[in-house]
Amino acid sequence: MMHKLSIAELSKGLKNKDFSSVELTQHYLDRIAVSELNSYITVTDELALSQAKDADFKIAKGKGTILTGIPYAHKDIFCTQGVKTSAGSKMLDSFISPYDATITEKFNNENMVMLGKTNMDEFAMGSSNENSFYGPVKNPWDQKRVPGGSSGGSAAAVAARIAPFATGTDTGGSIRQPASLCGITGIKPTYGRVSRYGMIAYASSLDQAGPLTKTAEDAAIVLNSMAGFDDKDSTSAIKEMPDYTKNLGNSIKGLKIGLPREFFSKGLDSDVEKVIMQSISKFEVMGAEVHEVSLPNSAYAIPTYYIVAPCECSSNLSRFDGVRYGYRCDDPKDLNDLYLRSRSEGFGDEVKRRIMIGTYALSAGYYDAYYLKAQKVRHLISEDFKKAFESVDVIMGPVSPTTAFEIGAVKDSVSMYLADIYTLSANLAGLPGMSIPAGFSNNLPVGLQLIGNHWSEETLLNTAHQFQLQTNWHSQLPVEP
Amino acid sequence: MAWETVIGLEIHSQLRTKSKIFSGASTSFGAKPNTQACAVDLGYPGVLPVLNKEAVNMALSFGLAINAKINQYSIFARKNYFYPDLPKGYQISQFELPIVGQGEIEIPLDDGQNKMVRITRAHLEEDAGKSIHDLYDDFTAIDLNRAGTPLLEIVSEPDMRSAKEAVAYAKKIHALVQYIGICDGNMQEGSFRCDANVSIRKKGDELGTRAELKNINSFKFLEKAINLEVERQIDILEDRGSIVQETRLYDSDKNETRSMRSKEEANDYRYFPDPDLLPVVIDDELLVQIKNSLPELPTEKKIRFIDVFGLSEYDAENLTVQKDIADYFESMIAQGADIKLSVNWVMGELSASLNKNQIEIQDSPISAIELYELITKISDNTISGKIAKDIFKSMWEGKGSVEEIIENQGLKQMTDIDALEGIIDEVINSNTLQVQQFKDGNSKLLGFFVGQVMKATNGKANPKQVNKILNDKLS
Repeated sequence: MMHKLSIAELSKGLKNKDFSSVELTQHYLDRIAVSELNSYITVTDELALSQAKDADFKIAKGKGTILTGIPYAHKDIFCTQGVKTSAGSKMLDSFISPYDATITEKFNNENMVMLGKTNMDEFAMGSSNENSFYGPVKNPWDQKRVPGGSSGGSAAAVAARIAPFATGTDTGGSIRQPASLCGITGIKPTYGRVSRYGMIAYASSLDQAGPLTKTAEDAAIVLNSMAGFDDKDSTSAIKEMPDYTKNLGNSIKGLKIGLPREFFSKGLDSDVEKVIMQSISKFEVMGAEVHEVSLPNSAYAIPTYYIVAPCECSSNLSRFDGVRYGYRCDDPKDLNDLYLRSRSEGFGDEVKRRIMIGTYALSAGYYDAYYLKAQKVRHLISEDFKKAFESVDVIMGPVSPTTAFEIGAVKDSVSMYLADIYTLSANLAGLPGMSIPAGFSNNLPVGLQLIGNHWSEETLLNTAHQFQLQTNWHSQLPVEP
Repeated sequence: MAWETVIGLEIHSQLRTKSKIFSGASTSFGAKPNTQACAVDLGYPGVLPVLNKEAVNMALSFGLAINAKINQYSIFARKNYFYPDLPKGYQISQFELPIVGQGEIEIPLDDGQNKMVRITRAHLEEDAGKSIHDLYDDFTAIDLNRAGTPLLEIVSEPDMRSAKEAVAYAKKIHALVQYIGICDGNMQEGSFRCDANVSIRKKGDELGTRAELKNINSFKFLEKAINLEVERQIDILEDRGSIVQETRLYDSDKNETRSMRSKEEANDYRYFPDPDLLPVVIDDELLVQIKNSLPELPTEKKIRFIDVFGLSEYDAENLTVQKDIADYFESMIAQGADIKLSVNWVMGELSASLNKNQIEIQDSPISAIELYELITKISDNTISGKIAKDIFKSMWEGKGSVEEIIENQGLKQMTDIDALEGIIDEVINSNTLQVQQFKDGNSKLLGFFVGQVMKATNGKANPKQVNKILNDKLS
């Protein structure tokens, strides 16, 4: 039953020699081997066991940290030296990274154990994990349904307890939405809190890494390891790092919760709304105050995001040209043919769609109308939050308008984009956001979203933790086949 | 009415930082292909650029040296285009808000006048790698060692009116970037490259359509390429044709320019601010610090040479064109060399030999001290100027020091008056016919006698002494 334990409990078990990291790792590898969720692209059995052995050695010498010997699943967007790093794309199916991402390095320094690399929407573009070259991931709560995306493999793995925790990245909701749809905890920190070095870029000004965990406490423990200034990432913040576990015991009496009117409008599934409102009531019972706030420009979050992100990705993905690494078409006739076919054959449809949108929006004559306009609206969206946070501490609302939908059910891209309505604003404003299990609708998990002011991760984590002390939604498990 | 040529230059000056502009890889030239390119330079997935502060400081030095407006808030932008030696598919450059804004620089004209050329901007960017097309039959090879090398692109206004002016401007910038130590100026290695925008018009008309000449890596080629282009444009316009806006490549082997791409085929670079880099914010303190650390600039040096050494404007200009030349000259003077002789020898014999052998003065086989030693032998009458030229040649060929050469080749000027008189008597006695003619009033024959004496002494006689003795004896 090791897989049901939290990180703190696992760490204690390792320290007390209740089990070794090798045993723990093998237990997870065994569970992965029988899983049919398709949540891992690569399982690194051998590496994991050798890392576990190193960790046991370190623990035996009494040297480890709280995370030493703890297995985890790494989203396949983080570079891992000597291990395939595909970003869910045919383009990088053959790519073995020659270097480690900063996060990978940090985890290695703590002697953590990487179980494997998780499935994801290609280059993190998608909200259902259906855009993966490696096929869709199944939601452990209902295998006909999607786990959300783009960190779908990570969310499903944690929900199915085939990883104690997983890493994710969130550009427009890619940690929070799959966490919500899979009934786990996920936090996207403030932009600049976690290094982006070695994290394959989708939209550089929006991308932010964070953990997907069973609980808020686990998230705090992992964030302590992930976050911090990195001189390899110019956009990472030179800002003091708090101990995110330190204030987890604080009372939330008097906490001011803001409910944005715009997050409870038409389009929100009424059952989902019911679950959200019940959890808000719970917070009231716990002593928090609830206020209505307004984020008047949040309606423009979708068009703004779907200009900014494609513009940046159209440039970020130019390096995948078949010249130095990754997919190259057979027998290119000339340079143009090499580019054309390598990229046409190597990228999936959604990636190509976004590259084309971005290329168009940055073109001479359209730049002002699209890119610049979008930047202005982005600023307005930030201002909305700034104003709201003058009167409240945390903004709450749904993560996604619905619970997990069936694989293949959403056929057009625009409908898929519209489902990102509640998560995009936090990325556009660079704010930290979280999803925590808040209940169920038709046996499918519903996540509650918490959005905080810049650098308020501690408040978010403690608010979530206090809720999890009073509820047990986060410890509900899907039925194992 | 005659055609007027209008030229603006874009100069790419490679900055002398130790590491690249956005990575820690080395910038040194000539290493084995792809050995000085790290994951960042290779554009690997997930890598991020980190700005090299030294490159920023160098750009600021340049801006301050040309009295430019410094943009204390500048941003990096991505210039997007596909090419195999551009690993990321975009070049990090500056578009709106370059670090250096408007400035100006004075250039010397042929007629002795000076002219101000306005500089529009100077911005930081990364260099691309190199494509090598002639190494394999079926492939193009890519060397990414140069990728990410910092460049300062210096853009002038279309203020030049002839190829000569363009060259004078380019030389001035070339000198300046070396003066302030931000560029090694090595044109062969591509550390300093020019693109020229050339158009022609009837005087007083609006600017004509321009062609951009690329890939020019010497001042000689710059002049040739522009003159060729001007001729081409005149031919077209005089045949009632029209100029197409295009980029043309200068081929120094064939001495021709040919079209690379027209405006229609030009890339849409889709510039946008690079989200991986923060805006560059320069505080006043840094500006003051850099201003104070600037060395003496060419114009200041020129004025000092005129004031302190009493040089002519022309000599002062020529000696300060390159910092290394000025330094060479000043080292000679510091040893106590005669100023006039030093100027003549540096600008004359030394420059000619350097040019002929295409050697930079810092690599000269004859050091400033050695040249000082040589001309000192002229000043103290040990040797004549003519002998000194021969000795210079021997020194250039590495045949030893001034003393050794004089000693070994027996070149010391004759100081033994008796011996000299004896030789002169011999010359007079064996040329009686000429002696008579001279005495009859053909004074031009003095030169003949001097020549005979110099020949008989192997040039070692002091010409002044010879003249004097001859005059005495023949009168």
